[in-house]
Amino acid sequence: MTAHTKGSGLKWVGRAIRRLEDPALVTGRGHFTADLLATHWVRFVRSAVAAGKITGIGAPKDAMVVTAADLKGVKKITPLLHKFNYRPVGQPILADSVVRFVGEPIAAVVGLSEEAAEDIADLVDVAIDETAPLTDAREALRPRAPQIHSEAPGNVILEGRHKTPDFDAAWKRAAKIVKLDARSHRQNATPMEARAGHAAYDVSTGRITLTCTTQMPHLMRTAIADVLGMPESDLRVIAPDVGGGFGQKMSLCAEYVVLVWLARKLKSSVAWTEDRRENLIASFHSRDQYITLEGAFDKNAKLIALRADIVANIGAYSCFPTTAGMEPLMAMAEMPGPYDVQQYECLARGVLTNTCTMAAYRGVSRPVITFTLERLMDKAASAFALDPIDIRRRNLIGKFPYTSAMGLVYDEASYKETLEMAVKAIGLPAFRIRQKAARAKGRHLGIGFATFSERTGYGSPAFAARGMDITPGWETVIVTVDPSGFVEARIGSSPHGQGLRTTLAQIIADEIGVTPDVIKVVHGDTDTSPYGWGTFASRSLVISGGASLIAAQKLRIKLIKIASHMLEAAVGDIVLENGMAKVAGTDRSISIAKMAREAYTQTHRFKGEIEPGLTETGTYDPPGTFSNACHVAIVEVDVETGRVTVEKFLVAEDAGKIINPMIAAGQVHGGIAQGIGNALLEEIIYDESGGILTANLADYMPPTAHEIPEIELHHTETPSTNSITKAKGLGEGGCIGAPAAIVNAINDALSPFGVQIDEIPATPQRIRAALRQAEKTA
Amino acid sequence: MSDKTGITLTINGHDHAITVEARRTLVDAIREDCGQTGTHIGCEHGICGACTVIIDGEPVRSCLMFAVQAAGKKIRTVEGLATGDKLHPMQQAFMDHHGLQCGFCTPGFLMLAIGVLEREPDISDEDMLDVLSSNLCRCTGYQNIIKAVGAAANEMRKK
Repeated sequence: MTAHTKGSGLKWVGRAIRRLEDPALVTGRGHFTADLLATHWVRFVRSAVAAGKITGIGAPKDAMVVTAADLKGVKKITPLLHKFNYRPVGQPILADSVVRFVGEPIAAVVGLSEEAAEDIADLVDVAIDETAPLTDAREALRPRAPQIHSEAPGNVILEGRHKTPDFDAAWKRAAKIVKLDARSHRQNATPMEARAGHAAYDVSTGRITLTCTTQMPHLMRTAIADVLGMPESDLRVIAPDVGGGFGQKMSLCAEYVVLVWLARKLKSSVAWTEDRRENLIASFHSRDQYITLEGAFDKNAKLIALRADIVANIGAYSCFPTTAGMEPLMAMAEMPGPYDVQQYECLARGVLTNTCTMAAYRGVSRPVITFTLERLMDKAASAFALDPIDIRRRNLIGKFPYTSAMGLVYDEASYKETLEMAVKAIGLPAFRIRQKAARAKGRHLGIGFATFSERTGYGSPAFAARGMDITPGWETVIVTVDPSGFVEARIGSSPHGQGLRTTLAQIIADEIGVTPDVIKVVHGDTDTSPYGWGTFASRSLVISGGASLIAAQKLRIKLIKIASHMLEAAVGDIVLENGMAKVAGTDRSISIAKMAREAYTQTHRFKGEIEPGLTETGTYDPPGTFSNACHVAIVEVDVETGRVTVEKFLVAEDAGKIINPMIAAGQVHGGIAQGIGNALLEEIIYDESGGILTANLADYMPPTAHEIPEIELHHTETPSTNSITKAKGLGEGGCIGAPAAIVNAINDALSPFGVQIDEIPATPQRIRAALRQAEKTA
Repeated sequence: MSDKTGITLTINGHDHAITVEARRTLVDAIREDCGQTGTHIGCEHGICGACTVIIDGEPVRSCLMFAVQAAGKKIRTVEGLATGDKLHPMQQAFMDHHGLQCGFCTPGFLMLAIGVLEREPDISDEDMLDVLSSNLCRCTGYQNIIKAVGAAANEMRKK
């Protein structure tokens, strides 16, 4: 750990300085949404049934109960996608005559305390004519299955197809076809802070301030103003400290629309904090997919064609802004992963069901497609009697830039190098000896590898390829040296644990020659930060970092100009460091604080040659860059109980230039922990009636400290040419690779039993069932 | 359900005279009636431990206790850990070892680890891992929390 030192003259970028965020958070002085008190408290009455028609809503006398009938003129949430046979379906803010999943909000109850609101909510009686629900995507695809939305015949909300011209010829040339039916069960991102919102009416201006746990405050403002038909300038959205998001907090929640509507109606403040049960059943879900994947290999075990059938259960509605296309289309676009395969055929469908709506969760489809593809590679290795390492060596991309079968351009990366780093560091020959010895004693150890690419930091052209009506991408940063000489950077993205206040300060500090601790990064308030898209998709360090660099470079030029003027020296002789501008080779210098004061209060001395003030703006919209890694898991499987213990986890990672190694490592650790949950523990389970069996944290099980092994991390840096800071994103990689590595390791451990596990989470029940089946057929 | 009782909660040495319904949980009273919002609510069913506080020397999940049950007891929360600007070694260690990201679970982990170490300063690493497994963190993957608690335990033992 490098201590935070002042004025050392060293570059700040690349150093593991402590986070500027932490002092408030470790002392209980953070500001989270639920810390705000309100005059009125809201409780939502939610559907207890998965499908049916509302026939009546009975409310206690004098209680304030808002239903769809009250929300006349409020638009439905109807995200659009202009491609892929997309069928727009609308989500009413409160269920309007039809309910489509357990947990769907039907009414909002207002009380003068949280308890009072809960008491009233308990008395609201909703009568529903129940119909048979569809919770499984394959069931929903059956002919004559009930229709969830009349706009989407066959329950298919979108369909993406792709086939390269020479696919059929390549398929015919194959020496072997390897096939896999993979299943990823449904998950919940489970941030430790569940959703919360607080809307307050300002009596003097009539404006509403919505404070909420969001990853994208600006887009929430745009979307809510749009749905309510109000001027956007009458709404201010604040994302204060946000207790984790992982994608779950980047979609528009109907509940926030209700809060703003109520605050306007009551001309007062209203608050809602969801409980954990609501979060688990009714926020957003992810990763519920079936993928059938076939690989055609030539006689040298080179993958020559890949065919995928992707069925993503997108739930009852389409999420805003990314739409129901997010999972199926990302799976389609990125399925070939880190492998060189130029022939590809894919059918990707998003399927409506009577379940909670799908939205982003860290990695989006990539944990699922990486798990699927990496299982396929291991199966192919065994079909060719090759080592799992060998088959990857033969197929990983090695020449850059590489254009994929889907037309994605991969920038310089280190797929082969990170594989070799990982193989060397894990000590494979020694493990195989240990594995053999353990097997002789009835203990079943296994090793699993996963290599993957992680598309990060992509701007508007990449999003535009999806055909989204809302096309995110760029970011703006405004850097100001104020008259006191302190620096403020206003950013449009909205970090919530990623340490961006620190890493952006490091980038800016190097450019303008100050220490990071004099730089305040301001975010999360639509009144004070420039329009931007928020923090998601491993984008903020690349895009806001790039915008910070552009703004700081402009500021540097201006500071040098001012210094040149004040010190009467040539521009080329000025050096900015340690908060000073110096004339190189002399003892003449001036502080940035003095220059800043001059730039605001003595501008007449500039004689019109330098513009007043010290503010510069940078906007950045990059094409996107690919990080990569190799993950290795060593597990032990107890064949009696089906329990899996992860003994060791090793990562060889390349995310380009690392701005702060401590923060980068933290991102990888956290992602792996979620990946371990994904691989072994976490599953949202619907019963036959469409109810959820996993509605608390004892049944839906995020990993504890016990389940996470020590993580060994190796870094290599391939500086990105698609990112002006040379940094690539790495927020999602941990959870993208971990499920694949762990399930491959489980299969390696169970290889003597002839068992194949192609389903996540690989719970003890599933492992025991597979072993029992194998015993029967043996 | 609206009968209220007057009680006094003693939080970090300060008395808060409040009036609460019998069903008011301790964590709601600490946060809303006493204004000490550093203690967070993660699940309200005793699993995640975000609401952990120390009561009469024991780490306790304040979502599983009624406010009236805590009357007359000594409650310690995250706000009381630092002495002026001097952080508690546990707070310092969490910063030094990157033991937090979003910071939502952090107060609960701090109170849990401190409560146990004050009671058992020489607790083994293995037993401490058991203790830390009782709270949930979704950001860090726990490795840095374990490192931070180990470092703070050494500091606390020096005193």
